[in-house]
Amino acid sequence: MDDNMVRIYIMGKEYRVPSNLTILTAMEYAGYQVKRGAGCREGFCGACATVYRLEDDYKLRADLACQTKVEDGMFLAQLPFVPAQRARYDIDQLSPTVGVFQRLYPETFKCVSCNTCTKACPQDINVMDYVQAIIREDIERAADISFDCIMCGLCAMRCPAEIVQYNVAILVRRLYGKYLAPRSLHTEKRIEELNKGMWKKEVEELMSLSEEELKKRYKKREKEA
Amino acid sequence: MDLKGGYTNEMWQSIEKVEATRKSRVEKLHPAMSLEEGDALLKKYHPDYKEGNTRELRVGSSKGTSVVQEVVDLLEAYPRIDPDKIDLTKTDLETDILVIGGGGAGASAAIIAAESGASVTIVTKLRLGDANTMMAQGGIQAADKENDSPAIHYLDVIGGGHFRNIPELVKALVMDAPGVIGWLEDLGVMFDKEKDGTMITLHGGGTSRKRMHSARDYTGGEIMKCLRDEVQNHPDSINILEFSPAVELLLDEDGKVSGAILFNLETEEYLVARATSVIFSTGGFGRLHIQGFPTTNHYGATADGLIMGYRAGVKLVFMDTVQYHPTGAAYPEQIVGQLVTEKIRGAGAEPVNVIGEQFVYPLEPRDIEAASLIRECATGKGVETPTGMKGVWLDTPLIEMKAGKGAIEKGFPAMFRQNMRFGINITETPILVYPTLHYQNGGLEISDDCSTTVPGLYVAGEVSGGVHGRNRLMGNSLLGVLVFGQRAGRAATEYIKGVTPGKLSLKHVKKYVKELREIDIAEDKVAPMVLPDYTRKETKEKQLTTQYLGTLR
Repeated sequence: MDDNMVRIYIMGKEYRVPSNLTILTAMEYAGYQVKRGAGCREGFCGACATVYRLEDDYKLRADLACQTKVEDGMFLAQLPFVPAQRARYDIDQLSPTVGVFQRLYPETFKCVSCNTCTKACPQDINVMDYVQAIIREDIERAADISFDCIMCGLCAMRCPAEIVQYNVAILVRRLYGKYLAPRSLHTEKRIEELNKGMWKKEVEELMSLSEEELKKRYKKREKEA
Repeated sequence: MDLKGGYTNEMWQSIEKVEATRKSRVEKLHPAMSLEEGDALLKKYHPDYKEGNTRELRVGSSKGTSVVQEVVDLLEAYPRIDPDKIDLTKTDLETDILVIGGGGAGASAAIIAAESGASVTIVTKLRLGDANTMMAQGGIQAADKENDSPAIHYLDVIGGGHFRNIPELVKALVMDAPGVIGWLEDLGVMFDKEKDGTMITLHGGGTSRKRMHSARDYTGGEIMKCLRDEVQNHPDSINILEFSPAVELLLDEDGKVSGAILFNLETEEYLVARATSVIFSTGGFGRLHIQGFPTTNHYGATADGLIMGYRAGVKLVFMDTVQYHPTGAAYPEQIVGQLVTEKIRGAGAEPVNVIGEQFVYPLEPRDIEAASLIRECATGKGVETPTGMKGVWLDTPLIEMKAGKGAIEKGFPAMFRQNMRFGINITETPILVYPTLHYQNGGLEISDDCSTTVPGLYVAGEVSGGVHGRNRLMGNSLLGVLVFGQRAGRAATEYIKGVTPGKLSLKHVKKYVKELREIDIAEDKVAPMVLPDYTRKETKEKQLTTQYLGTLR
């Protein structure tokens, strides 16, 4: 076989594809037009969660199709959808406490610390650590650890305790951002000024200038060091 | 291929030259260009000025204007459905406000409209949140600090746009910005802050104040995930319909909006949605690969809203200009064209050429920065990759020399992770970059409340044009989708009071088809595109089904 080609098995069917492709581009090379299973194609949206196994290896692996190179003997299938439960809430009525999670996501407390979620995470997030942080009511730490979560759902699909880690994590981050992170006072102040009608005159004055005048002002700007 | 730290031996020869000059570059930046120098550079090297970039549009309300070739190809194309075949007397879905597109603009519009009591349906081509908003890394601008003001922001925006921006839209952008940041804080967005809550802000290309607010290098993702969560928390007032892109706008006999035709991507059915008002938040055109460029854009960025709106009579503005992000990945091959955030230059990285020389101020407005990179590669000072692509170095190790150890992993977890997947440690070695197709500067013409010449149609975000003139600055699109998404949501909620659309009609589409036939457009050209086609020629030659035959679809 050509050195530059590898065999991959898309849902069990063999295709020969160039070895430099990602799983996503390899599927397209093989002739698939992906409808589900592709979003941003840059590793930010979590649409292309893929599970795969290598030949003669029992281990079930998981990664993002858009960021993972194909390997010879890869058996793969994409997750078109993650049927995970999601709580509904009014964020204004919650508090940043463990009680919120006991009420909205009680299964979180069934975590058996097996670490399967962490191993499944394509972002290498310590998923189990943030689940444990929530149980200890360390909202700040849970929000910090889970920050890079792209909500692909692989953790939840692998969890033996059937925890929906990624949905729990967006709630923990929102609670931290809203209730525990220090408020930006300068933003608040500027909004108050704008509500009082300040700054309108300055902007409208610029709107009334000729292009030549505007250019002069633009050139004269002082740049913050 | 033998790789060391992710790079070939040939590339290492150049990296060593970059390392040799690094220390001398820590304190000293390449000077910035004057307006005149910038203009001259653009004319020579920016892809917008390349012969054959645009052609004259021959149909519709902006007939005779210059529009980018790939967009004209879609504007001069037939609808996906035969307007005479679809039964418009039966509706599959009814709603007060139909939001088309589930990125930052659509989600903001839906939340605002639902909070004002309207019934909203948000339809998306892929999943809710599969949008360029999710991928925005570097930041969002807002003049909310003591040394800054909306007027200073205004001047930066309009200078960056070459003084062509529509002033009322710029005013809306800069005046609403601080309010948007406050709204996001309320929703729980985790901005980068000092211990006392002060926003940690950086420069972007062309800014005169440090007003780039960020959430590590997942800024858009963090915002989009919060907005999506909030949309999902309103099941009583917001109906979400995924994998159902709109393919045509519906008007009534008086020319008012009356809904849209949706396409179920899985069952391939066309559905009739009746709505009193429609909001387009369909995003831009990155997946049209203008001039063959790779793109930073998400899979569904195929300009569908632009096509539908134009067929309904809305004019186009600035459709002859395109934004190429200065720094797309040029290596490794698997991520070519993907975004390398501008925040990385805001934090101290700079472009250098094959022999380790500075050649441009790192934070010029994007078009000028991009043209400088293209010039360097066109004049033999680029670095060649194993696939023959050219790029220049973005010297990332400078960041930690300026800001201290750990600054990269803390501020750029996404960039660090993406490169580590390919063995490149960006704290130690630079990354290779080249401009990549990033943003649709122009779009559908709107007023500052997002209204259009079609009553009931509101347009927000990248699908609209005029806010950014001929060139957008970093952090103003993430801001723009939120500012104008909110405005569209508010305006549509006002509009629906007391309006009842009449009989659903595709008369405008029939009229448009007639114009196409008059200039002999080939019948097999169809738009909107919905999804790009990356099928190989060899596969296509074997896909011989030409129409539905027998029982197999």
